[in-house]
Amino acid sequence: MVLLIAGIVIAALGGAIYTSWHSDRRTARRLIIGAGVAAVGATAGPALMNFCAFEPERTAIDHILAYTLMATGAWLGLIAAKSFFDRQDGKVDDDDGLGEIKAAGFRLGWWVPWVLLSPTLLILVVFLYTPAFQTFALSTKLTRLAAPRAIPVCFDQFSELLIDDPVRLVAYPFLAALFLYGSRFWARRTRPGSISHRLSEVASVLASASVFIALYAIFSPGGGGAVKYRPVYVNTVIISAGIVALGMAGGLALAYLAFRKIRGGTIYRTMLIWPYAISPAVAGILFFMLLDPTAGIIGHLLKEWFGITMPNYREHAYLAQLAIIAASAWKILGYNILFYLAGLQTVPMDQIEAAVLDGASAWQRFRHIVLAALSPITFFLLVTNLTYAFFEVFATIDYMTKGAPAGATSVSIYEIIRIGVDNGDLGRGAAQSVLLFIAVIGVTVWQFKTSGRRVSYGGG
Amino acid sequence: MDGLTAGVTGKGLLRGRKWPYHVALILASLFIGIPVLYAAMIATQSNAEVFSFRLGPGTALAKNFNDVWVSREIGINMWNSTQQAVYVTVGKTILSLMAGLAFVYFKFRGKWIVFFFVLITLMMPTEVMILAMFRLVSALQWQDTMAALVVPFLASATGAFLFRQHFANLPTDLLEASQIDGATPLQFLTKVLIPLSWNVIGALAVIQFVYTWNMYLWPRLIIHEQASQVVQVGLQSLTNIDGGLTYGPLMLAAILASIPPTIIFILLQKPFMSGFALGQEK
Repeated sequence: MVLLIAGIVIAALGGAIYTSWHSDRRTARRLIIGAGVAAVGATAGPALMNFCAFEPERTAIDHILAYTLMATGAWLGLIAAKSFFDRQDGKVDDDDGLGEIKAAGFRLGWWVPWVLLSPTLLILVVFLYTPAFQTFALSTKLTRLAAPRAIPVCFDQFSELLIDDPVRLVAYPFLAALFLYGSRFWARRTRPGSISHRLSEVASVLASASVFIALYAIFSPGGGGAVKYRPVYVNTVIISAGIVALGMAGGLALAYLAFRKIRGGTIYRTMLIWPYAISPAVAGILFFMLLDPTAGIIGHLLKEWFGITMPNYREHAYLAQLAIIAASAWKILGYNILFYLAGLQTVPMDQIEAAVLDGASAWQRFRHIVLAALSPITFFLLVTNLTYAFFEVFATIDYMTKGAPAGATSVSIYEIIRIGVDNGDLGRGAAQSVLLFIAVIGVTVWQFKTSGRRVSYGGG
Repeated sequence: MDGLTAGVTGKGLLRGRKWPYHVALILASLFIGIPVLYAAMIATQSNAEVFSFRLGPGTALAKNFNDVWVSREIGINMWNSTQQAVYVTVGKTILSLMAGLAFVYFKFRGKWIVFFFVLITLMMPTEVMILAMFRLVSALQWQDTMAALVVPFLASATGAFLFRQHFANLPTDLLEASQIDGATPLQFLTKVLIPLSWNVIGALAVIQFVYTWNMYLWPRLIIHEQASQVVQVGLQSLTNIDGGLTYGPLMLAAILASIPPTIIFILLQKPFMSGFALGQEK
């Protein structure tokens, strides 16, 4: 109980400090509101769980998870408070970002817009918000798919996914965050172009990598009643990174090739982008056939032409992952080409011509002019490709490997279905869903912070 | 890469020798097309022909078609997929148009809260809550029904924001003129807005049709009867015919399952492309 109260007090203090930093008017009232909002935000999460993490028999890991939840709640509260203050200070125009026309609009009953919006809102509440909250609720309960009974288990289904050493559990993410913010601070304090600034850029890349390493280090390698989650994390990272890298590099290269005005250009473009319409399931079937160890043409040709016996991809972990990556990257190429073709229309031709006259090499022109002009599209594609690699890949895996060999192609979403539906362990599946949810929110927040654009064509 | 060095005079990027591009583009098209061309070839072969690695059409197309269409009745699954994709596409377009209309042409209290309520769903993909949704929809007794495949996907933040952005870029005189004429919001929507929005509607229709037709995980969970199943999951049953894997029927079915979305995509390519270009504007 002391720990809980200490946490709430720290959250309140943090809220007051945050408000005094980020608000123009530092009135006592605002500080109190900031502190109060943070305290309420911090208390809300644990309260929904009946403060279970602070019961006497709970371990340090539970406390760490509870504090993380409290910090998140406080942070959300403070974001809301900040946007409220900014609105009060007139920093944000009420209509800004809402894209509303400045004309009068229809002046009918107040209920007309609500009638227009009600079907959308109803479906979002019932089929999106409700299951989202239920996912969080289920993740703290031991419950089976078929049984109505549910036993509250606090954070147990999360802590079993993590290493059992509380010190390392805190230290690794903390060090990674320190490295990340340190390198950004360094980059801001140095002059662009200086050697120190270059080094800081290298450091910031390393720092981003260190986040992935820290996550690797905190997920449980299994044993001692814990769930082996580290391999699932590794598979997800390898397969997602492979799909995104191969799909985007290939998409850019082919779009760059097909972009030129050339006779039959439209036909070539259609020939390149049509796999957009192919489903991830069919992509899995097509590559299942191509790579089949006994009947597939690739293995046959390798043997016929080079005398190489192709190993069975369904029996080798890395080959299986590579096969999934190849099928998915092939499928998503069309989508990426489509967007890069649209993006290439915005490349400034006069700059390219000037660069040609200045004697810049083809590679220099590509890197400094074309890639720079394409960076918003690249960024947008990075997020959509990542979403594809997180979710749509399920169908491809289900047709090609079914998670085999020995779980080497069982990525996060595949594992959720295996645990939650095939094994019927709803609570554990929900806990893993929450992790994936956090990853998605992380990617989205990063997207908003970096670009501020809100264009999305995920299809959802 | 080479094209950027060719022809320093003139239009730099766009001039120069053409034939290397034709060769490269044909090779690239082939590379993209090989998995499907290969599958089309296998679709005509019997298992014996597959294992003899014959390059060229086989003799078993009629038998494979019989296996897929008559014995396995994949047509039923394709009809289910068609219904689902049409219902979702039409429903989502209508709901998105209504939401866009409300966001742009009405002032009402609490609009920004509604706006954020919809905006936040962009970071809530169905897949992360699929277990809870499965439980919820099962509790509604919707297993093996079309409702389970359609209703949860009718609302779309993407669609609502696409129309909102499009309407906001239209001239405001439109509204004033309609108001002078005494048009109701519904008349304004059907007589003025929709005729000006065909490109966006077309783009959204392609995205939604392809997305729905290609949906896999959700139908796999919620539909158990073969007769109610959609085609993407229905293909699973062809991985095992008479106790063994016959490649021909599976490939044929995979190709059949890809024809409707490909047709939609090619038919609506023009509005799709221009709708995308519009979506790219900030």
